[in-house]
Parts: sequence; C-alpha cells; structure tokens
Amino acid sequence: MPTIYIDNEAFEVPEGQNLLAACLALGFDIPYFCWHPGMGSVGACRQCAIKKFKDEHDSKGEIVMACLTPADEGVRISIDDPEARAFRAAVAEWLMASHPHDCPVCDEGGECHLQDMTVMAGHAHRRYRFTKRTFPNQDLGPFVNHEMNRCIQCYRCVRFYSDYAGGDDLVAMGTRNQVYFGSHKDGKLDSEFSGNLVEVCPTGVFTDKTFRRHYTRKWDLQTAPSVCVHCGLGCNVFPGERYGRLRCIRNRYNADVNGYFLCDRGRFGYEFVNADTRLREADPPDAVAAMIEIIIGARKNGGRVIGIGSPRASLESNFALRKLVGRDSFFVGTAGHEQRLIDTAWLMLKEGPSRSPSLRDLEQADAMLVLGEDVTNTAPMLDYSLRQWLRRRPNPERLGLGIPEWNDAALGEIFHEVPSHLHIATVYETKLDKIAAQTYHAAPHDLARLGFAVAHLIDSRAPAVNDLPKDIEDHARSIAGAFETAARPIVVSGVSCGSQQVMRAAANVAWSLHARAGAAELCFVVPECNSLGMALIGGRPLEEAFAEAADPGIELAIIIENDLYRRAAKESMDRFLRLCRHVVTIDHTVHATARASEMRLPAATYVESTGTLVSNEGRAQRYYRAMAPQGEARASWEWLRDVSEAAGGWNAQDPEGSAGRRHRVAGQSESEQDGRVADPSGAERDQAFIDLLAAEMSKDIPFFAPLPEVAPPASSRVKGMRIPRESPRFSGRTAIYADKTVFEPKPPVDSESPLADSMEGFEGEAPAPLIPRYWSPGWNSPQAVIRFQTRAGGSLRGGNIGIRLIEPARVGKVSHFLEVPPAFAVRPEGVLVVPSHHIFGSEELSVLSPGVAGCAPEPYLGVGLDTVNSLVVGEGDPVLLKAEDFELILPVKIMPSLPDGVVALPVGLPGLNGMFPPLSAQVTRAPEAEPPNPEQRPKRTDGHV
Amino acid sequence: MLSILKALAVVLRHTFRRRDTVLFPEEQPVLPPRYRGRIILSRDPSGRERCVACYLCAIVCPVDCIALQATEDETGRRYPEWFRINFSRCIFCGFCEEACPTKAIQLTPDYDMSEYRRPNMVYEKEHLLISGPGKYPDYDFYRVAGVAVSGLAKGEAENEAPPVDLRTLLP
Ligand code: SF4
Ligand code: SF4
Ligand code: SF4
Ligand code: SF4
Ligand code: FES
Repeated sequence: MPTIYIDNEAFEVPEGQNLLAACLALGFDIPYFCWHPGMGSVGACRQCAIKKFKDEHDSKGEIVMACLTPADEGVRISIDDPEARAFRAAVAEWLMASHPHDCPVCDEGGECHLQDMTVMAGHAHRRYRFTKRTFPNQDLGPFVNHEMNRCIQCYRCVRFYSDYAGGDDLVAMGTRNQVYFGSHKDGKLDSEFSGNLVEVCPTGVFTDKTFRRHYTRKWDLQTAPSVCVHCGLGCNVFPGERYGRLRCIRNRYNADVNGYFLCDRGRFGYEFVNADTRLREADPPDAVAAMIEIIIGARKNGGRVIGIGSPRASLESNFALRKLVGRDSFFVGTAGHEQRLIDTAWLMLKEGPSRSPSLRDLEQADAMLVLGEDVTNTAPMLDYSLRQWLRRRPNPERLGLGIPEWNDAALGEIFHEVPSHLHIATVYETKLDKIAAQTYHAAPHDLARLGFAVAHLIDSRAPAVNDLPKDIEDHARSIAGAFETAARPIVVSGVSCGSQQVMRAAANVAWSLHARAGAAELCFVVPECNSLGMALIGGRPLEEAFAEAADPGIELAIIIENDLYRRAAKESMDRFLRLCRHVVTIDHTVHATARASEMRLPAATYVESTGTLVSNEGRAQRYYRAMAPQGEARASWEWLRDVSEAAGGWNAQDPEGSAGRRHRVAGQSESEQDGRVADPSGAERDQAFIDLLAAEMSKDIPFFAPLPEVAPPASSRVKGMRIPRESPRFSGRTAIYADKTVFEPKPPVDSESPLADSMEGFEGEAPAPLIPRYWSPGWNSPQAVIRFQTRAGGSLRGGNIGIRLIEPARVGKVSHFLEVPPAFAVRPEGVLVVPSHHIFGSEELSVLSPGVAGCAPEPYLGVGLDTVNSLVVGEGDPVLLKAEDFELILPVKIMPSLPDGVVALPVGLPGLNGMFPPLSAQVTRAPEAEPPNPEQRPKRTDGHV
Repeated sequence: MLSILKALAVVLRHTFRRRDTVLFPEEQPVLPPRYRGRIILSRDPSGRERCVACYLCAIVCPVDCIALQATEDETGRRYPEWFRINFSRCIFCGFCEEACPTKAIQLTPDYDMSEYRRPNMVYEKEHLLISGPGKYPDYDFYRVAGVAVSGLAKGEAENEAPPVDLRTLLP
C-alpha cells in the first residue's frame, strides 16, 4: 500500500488508484465532473486541480489534475493550497458562466452533482454579465428528458452512452463553447441503458421523464434498500415513495452485481405499482374468512388444499404457502418445460465444477461464449457487463504499456487494437453481435451441437459431434482455441431459447476445462426475479395440479403472485379453474387468473413488503419495504401467516410445520401475556415472522442454511435505534395529512425489519444491506456512494450485499452430458417456433408501466428469408400460425438472421403467452376471408393480405 | 406609607393618560409591510401563478407545515397541483419567503387568524393564491430562468443569446 502525503499528513492508500479516487475515499473533498468511479478518468473538465510537490522541500509545487495523477508511493500533494483552491473556484466559475438560473424547475436540484461541486469549489457569486448561450432541446422518448442549457461539457454522457453502453445515437456535436450533446434526430434513445444518463450526467441535462410526471425532491422521498424484480439478475435499487405512490427507481450500488448502473426496464418499469391494475381490497370483502373456513373444513373432511407458488414471489411467500398446504400439495407455478430448464440450471451449478459468476466476475472474463441467449433482452445488465469486459480486455499490464486501469482516455485509444474473444451463438441476431468476434445463428439443436463440438475439442472425453459441417467445425475450433488460452473463460447460456440441450452443451464447454486449469465459469440466465429461489424450494409442476383437479379433485387452490394464463394454454387453465371447488388468488395486480378466480386477496408489491429473492447467480438478497401498502394489501406471506394461524397452523403433514406452529402459537401467547399491543398487522411479536421463516427455511432446505445471515434480523438496532427510511430533511410532516386530520398520525410500525417509516433514527452509516439511501454532508447526488465504499468502485464498507447460496461442487471427475442432439433439419410439414424476447414487453410487470408499454413492439411473427420467399409475404403482412393448441394471426416481421425452417414468436407481448418451449407449427398466408381476431390487434392484421 | 401614596399617584396619573391598547378589532393597527403574518401565494406581473413548485419553502420550514405536489402544463411550465400550509403549526418565521426563488410565497401583515377549530387553520392553494404580485411587483422568474415555457422560447429570456444552430460549424 503506497503512502501519500496530503497537506503534509501521511495516508496509506490502495494500490493502483489515481489521486482523486484515493483522496475521496479517504474522506477529502475535491470537486470533479468528468471522472466517474464507474468510468475512469479523461481529464476533460479541469475541476479536480490540486497542488503536487516534488519533495518535502518543494514549496512551490505545480497544479495537476488529481484524476490523472497516480497515487504512487511518496506523492506529496496539497488540496488546501490557496492557488489550487483559486484555480478550482475559477474553473467552477467558467463552467457555470452560461448555466441557466433554473434550479427551482430542474429535476436534478437537490441531488445535483453540479450544485454540490460548485459549493465545494467555493464559487458563490456570478461575475459573468454577458448573454448566456442557449441550446434547443430534443425529444428523447418516454424515459429521458433533455434540457441542454444546463450542460457543462464534461463529456460523461457520451462516454457512458457510446463507450460503455455501446449506443451510437448520442453524440457530441459542434465546436468551441457550443458543443451539443444529443441525438442526430428526435426520438427514443436506442440503448437499453439510456436511463443511466440521468445519474451519470452531473447536471440536469438528462432527467427522468417518468419521475417528472409526479416529481418530488430527493430529500422528500422515502426510500429503502431493494432489489429489482424485472429479470433474474437481481440488480439493487432504491425505490422512492412520496404521498403513498412510488415515484422513481434509483441505482443502489452493489459492487458484485449492478455496480453504478441499471437497465431501462428496471429503472422505468416501476409504475405497475401505481397502476390502475392494482388490486387494493379483498374481493369479495370476506374472502379471508371464507378461505379460512374452507381450509378448516377441508382439513376436517380430508379435502385437498393445494398451493401454487410463483417465481416472481419472494422465498418467504412461496415457503409460507408450502408450509400452509404441505409439501405434497405445493406446486411451483411454472409449466413443466420451464421448471425442467431451471432445475437443469441449478442442478448443473450445484453438482458441476463450474461456479456461477456475478456480474462483476463477468467483467473480468478472458474469453466468453454466449450460447442460445439474447442477453440484451432477457438479462439486460448482463449485456452491460459483457461490454465492460470487452472494454477492459486490453489488459494494460499484458500489453506492457504501463497504463493504469483508471486512465480511460489512454485505454480508449488502444481498445480497438486487441481482438475480441466474445463468441455468440444464438437463434437470431442479437444486439451484441456487433461487438462479437464471431457469431452463429442456428436452430437450438445446432447451437447445442456447436457447444458439444467445442467441448469435445477441449476435452476429448466429452462426446464428439458427428457430421458437423466444415465451417461449423472451424468455428468450434476457434472458440475452443480462445477458451484454451484464456485465464478466465466464461460460458453464458440460459433458459430463454427453451432448450435443455443448449444448456447441457454450455455446461459441457465449461466443464471440459475442468481437467485442465479449472472449470470455466457458467452463467445461466433465468427468466424471473426468483426463478432460482423457486427451484431451490422445489415443488411439483403445474401440469400435475391440472391433473389433480380432475382426479382426485381439489377443494381449494391458493395461487400466489402468478398469472397462470401466461404459463399454460387457455383451455387447460379454464378447465382447471372450473374443476377446483374454490380458488383464491393472492396478487398485487388483477390479471386473467385473478379475474377468473373465485376470490382475490391484495398482495403487496416488492416496494411495499419485505422478502428475499435469489438471483440467477444464486445470490440471496433481501428487499425491504420502501412504502407502507395501501388499502388492504400486504405481503403474500403475511396473508398466509394469518390464514394459517386462524386455520390451526401450518399443514400438519409437514413435520417441521407442526414445530413451526407450536413456535408461532407459543410466541403469540407470550406476547399477549406481556400485555404488549399487537397492531392489526401483527406487530410486536417475539421474533419477526420473516426471521422465523428464514430460520425454518434454513432448517428445511440445506441450500438455505445461510439464509438467516442475508440481512440483520428485524429486531436488530444500531445504537438502539432503527434506520430511518426518510432523510433528516424530509418535509411537510405536519401538512401532508392536515387535510384529513391536524393530529399527525403515528407512522406505521414495521415489525418485520429494522427500518422505520420516519425521519428519526440512526443517522450514521447503517450495515450495508440496510443502507436506505446514499447521502453524506455536501454530497447530495448519487456520487455520495463514494463515502460508503472502501475505495472508489470497491465494495461497501459494511461488506457486499447478498449471500451466494450455490457454490460449485468439488468433483474429482466430470461426467459430461453424452447425448448429442441430431442436427436440425428443415421439416417439410412445418416450422420450428422459437421464443424471442424483448426488454420492453416480454416481462409481465414492467409492461404495466405506460413508458415501457409504449416501447413494447406489437405482437409479430418473426420469419426468415426462406418463409418470406415461400409464402411471398412482406413486412407487416398477416400470416396464420397454427400450432397444436393455438392459432394466431400475426403480422410478419422479417428477421433475416433466422435460420431456415425457424420462426420467432415473441414472449409475453399483449395477447401472447409467457415462456414456451420450441414447438412445431405451420405458417400460412392468413386466409383472405378470415375476420381479424379481435385479440390480435386488428389494426395491424386487417386490410393487407 | 409614603411609598403607598407614591404608587397611588402613579395609578392616578395613568388614569388620565392616553390609552396604549387599541380596541381591536374595531381599531386596526398599522403594521409595516414586512410584518410576518398570514402567508399568501402571489402571481407574476402577467397574472400567472408564480410558484413553480420547487419544494424549497417546504424543506426550509422548521415545523414542516408546507406540503405540495408539483405538476406542469402542456408547455412545461411548473406549478403546484396542490399546495397546503397548516397554519396551526406555522411559527411565522418567514424562512419560506426567504427561500422562495420566485417570490411566490410571501408573508403579509395580516395576523388575525385565530379559529376555534384547528382544521380551519389548514389552508389549501385556493385559500393562499391571491390575484396580484404582492410585495414584489416586477419579478418574473421565467424571464431569467432559462427554460422555455409558453410565450417564452429558448433564447428569448433576459440576457440570453439566440439558440445555437446545431448545423453550423462556423466560429
Ligand atoms: S449533458 Fe451532462 S454529462 Fe453530457 S456533457 Fe453535458 S453536463 Fe456532461
Ligand atoms: S437487468 Fe434485470 S434486474 Fe437489473 S435493472 Fe434490468 S431488469 Fe432489473
Ligand atoms: S413562516 Fe416559517 S413556519 Fe411558517 S410556513 Fe414559512 S417557514 Fe414554515
Ligand atoms: S419556494 Fe416558492 S416557488 Fe418554491 S414551492 Fe415554495 S412557493 Fe413555490
Ligand atoms: S475530474 Fe479531473 S479533470 Fe475532470
């Protein structure tokens, strides 16, 4: 650790840093604009000036840019030097010369890096008296607002957007003091990461357009640590609430997962929480009582009560449901094909020698094979991580150039010189193809064959693939070559193309390296926020519930947080709901399943409840309630707890269940004896129910053993205090409710977490999983996170967030998958339908947000050139897709990359189902006389032909 | 004895002196315009609502008795959708007026606002908004702000150059 001298005081700093990062991490204040901890230094703004001295005798020194000077052993600097101060104040003054006078109407105000830095630099009085430069604005789509006057030309936006996120429609234009940052035309920004501009831009040029419609200052938001629910990656977020509505989603730093950034689905998909589609009251009003009665009756008469869980519900809710209905009556809530795929994924991670990498690990890769997964659309931040890896790849040390890793300007220059080792093999073209070394588009069978071939080339014990065409053979050889020389190879695959063979092939590739340097890492993308957690809990597939409904019959089916109509064919669902005597759906949103159920109970969304999710990496992370639920809504596990208490406890057949029941009942009577008041939500128990559930899960399911350590118990306090969800500056406390009552109501008690819905509580640094916002004196912008980190871009001082539940098995000998699928042959009788995915539209909840819905494509059928030629159809022409159990009329979308004999059907778009396995079907021109199916968007399908 | 007589004399003198108390409410005192009494929301010289819903008064208020919600019209002009002051909590410190960047919120010399019921002390925007500019007749925030709103395009506010032409590279 080098020692540096700051204003004559010695400090030890971590190796390989620049002075700016080192000083900030030590707690010094140096203003800066162009440096960003996630993007390194370019030295563009000249704001971070400090004095550097030759040695202890040098009293004159020279002004240097802290962000471009390495913090080497023995460096002597002064931050406080009057000349350096004056320099910084002058830089701030000229950066501010044309800055408008509009902070009051600027959405950045109150969390603005420019405000913070101007104050820090000491520029308080504007001397510039001439006209200010102005710029026109652009309409950048539903997510990002543009107000160019506020720009200080730091270049962070274009650096992030094009260098880091790989976008090409946001550029710097113009010359001298008229440089403009915008797009070449109006319209939505192309990148899936455009929302990060809101946080990356130090000024209010780019602000959150969805937030603008219900704007609130940062200091007024009630926030809590949370986890994104819109895909399987588990990025960390801060939801912000005000007046009972969710206002925005902000990045929550997690060094291992999403770092400083989020994708647009995660950032802008939040409005489902406020949507009219929410279920707020029990329907019918006595639904709980009826449900309890049915359960008691069923338990007496031996009637069957089943529970159907959900991969988008927390571990707690699923586990509580399993406890209530008993292990044999618990169903996972995904169709068999999907469950098989996810089980495959976690079995491979559990039993194989390959570790699942975190997003941070992916950025350190050496060579990568993406097999069958359109990651940009199924796991967007993974796309971002791959791009970071490619940027980092020209390892400076290896090139022997002595360029430090933070020197972004210099690294950018040599970036293009080094060949990429990203190999992509997918069914259709993906956005990452552009930066890949080699790509391959083929039917899932052939993708798997490529994988098997690569594995065989690396390790001859893996099965060989016969009759591989020459070009594919060569392709496999080049991938194998890249993998064999790589220090850290990673295989990325997933369930989204619906093929187990592809996943097996991916595992074979990763495992084939086992014999040599150690297995490659193996990353499986899963579709939903708790898909993996659901697999760990386990349960029976949905189809078996359907069968049981007919025989022996079901008295009551409890469905939690799951729209089963997205998971199964309409007919079988209709039949199932008809056959069950009673059906209760507990969910936050009214969807087809909820509508068709006999009873509905309102569940709290992830921002209104506390729970745990397991990401695709196998990382369990706790999310906390950011806002109190409205109406009767509460976490599904709270409903299930109360129902089980009233119905006599957990299911008696469940051995641990009875123990749990005793525990619960004992716990409650004790608290009653104490004379403690139990509030309606069951507050003031001995042990929070969520901790009890965690304890039971850890006993019940070996993989969950570390679960109680995921987050501090609900009873934990810091210095005897709770952690406040509101900032100390939270305003309006005595006016918010004044129209209803002038007696300020007591804030709701949260017995299930150590956080409080209040501005009072512990104000220092909370344990990492509990930090409710990043703020530090003088640091109001998201950049305040540096005050919570061990070093810029490093882990949080309180450790990293989340616990990995799955670690690779120590296996002596790898058993490869031996069954190589036959090559895909174009079938004369029909085509293979594969799922295609969309970041905006394919996910169930985010698409209920108006902004995201507006970006979702209309349903379509993607066809390759072969179909275009054989059917003589053009873009937008309606075609008839006829599969075994459905028929759809859809407009054609020409996807030239699709292999012959394969068509793509989007997942989850309005009127279309969720995940489905590749299936065979016929495509014909839509019959002329056929009236357009009303469900299939008539405006696109009629007229043509 | 002497002191008692002295005291009586003082009382007697005061009996014939002019009264210091005024007979409120028949008689109203004249207060300086800077007196900090009932709060109002004012309008700019062209008669439009001055408040831009920046939340600065709300955060500065030591008793947190101001709450509002921002919204904007089709042209992007910000205004409060609702604005509430709970006068039963207000201590008339005047911080809100000092913080206000648009001179919208002003304290007035109107001080007699006692009520029998506290809820009557809760004022909504319709009770607060007056029809004139109050103490500051000239100030118009949007003339200096630098954002475009209706009737004021980019570059048309005070001290603004016309918008940069993005299609030229001429110096
Ligand atoms: S738009 Fe923002 S990020 Fe981009 S140069 Fe201007 S101030 Fe910097
Ligand atoms: S990548 Fe997934 S988890 Fe991360 S922000 Fe986007 S949707 Fe959320
Ligand atoms: S006068 Fe003081 S107490 Fe009253 S509203 Fe203004 S800031 Fe709040
Ligand atoms: S400070 Fe002024 S402009 Fe801002 S919200 Fe209050 S009254 Fe409106
Ligand atoms: S931060 Fe160092 S020059 Fe911009």
